[in-house]
Amino acid sequence: MTAETVGFWAVAVVLLASSLAVVITPNLFHAVLFLAVALVSTGGVFLLLDAPFLFGVQLLLYAGGVVTVMVFAIMLTERMVGERISQTSRYIVNGVLVSAAVLAAIVGFLVRRPGDALAPRTVPDTTVAIGGALVGRFAGPFELLAVLLVAALLGAIYLARTED
Amino acid sequence: MPITAYLILAALVFVIGLFGVLTRRNAVGILLGIELMLNAVNINLAAFARFHADPTGLVFALFTIAITVAEVGLGLAIVIVIFRVRRTIDADHLSLLKG
Repeated sequence: MTAETVGFWAVAVVLLASSLAVVITPNLFHAVLFLAVALVSTGGVFLLLDAPFLFGVQLLLYAGGVVTVMVFAIMLTERMVGERISQTSRYIVNGVLVSAAVLAAIVGFLVRRPGDALAPRTVPDTTVAIGGALVGRFAGPFELLAVLLVAALLGAIYLARTED
Repeated sequence: MPITAYLILAALVFVIGLFGVLTRRNAVGILLGIELMLNAVNINLAAFARFHADPTGLVFALFTIAITVAEVGLGLAIVIVIFRVRRTIDADHLSLLKG
């Protein structure tokens, strides 16, 4: 058992358990908190995959930003409605059937996929490589991404503004 | 760990998120499921980037994360507008466009 194997199983168990809790727990607040756990453990997977920069981005944007905004939205809608949002799920059987079918399709494809002999190859420093790619090969898409973010945030502010 | 382990982990998280999208009543709950699905895709991208020693996958994961943040911002703004107009965010009651 190498350190990577131990780390993988530990992170995988936490990730799967918290993901299940996100979709099953009846309380929406708890679901968002479990989502934060799932996002942080996904950051752990990124660390295992030699991507510390992605881990940092994951913590800052997802666990910090997205979860905060989610909690804010829940509090806003819950306060206005004056009662706790009921979270009873519906169509459990249909959901299980569709999800199991999709999982079977993906795993079946993975098992039949040739060339599982891919060995992990180490890149000297993935952060340097990402930086180089962002200002080199992907400079155009990177700028477009900035435009998209500004447009999306302006749209969100415009939509959620008060009516006056 | 072989790459298949990471891919199967990502597939499991993806279908869990899909289950959430299909079964949640609340619009915010559906958004939570979408978050899980997008997150699973990032695991795939990072895994392929490592096993091919190519940073392109990491750059794509970065793009996915940024686009997800934009999507969450817009999605929650739409949820708030819907709530303001209809006084509910139960997806079963949002059938205004149904013919």
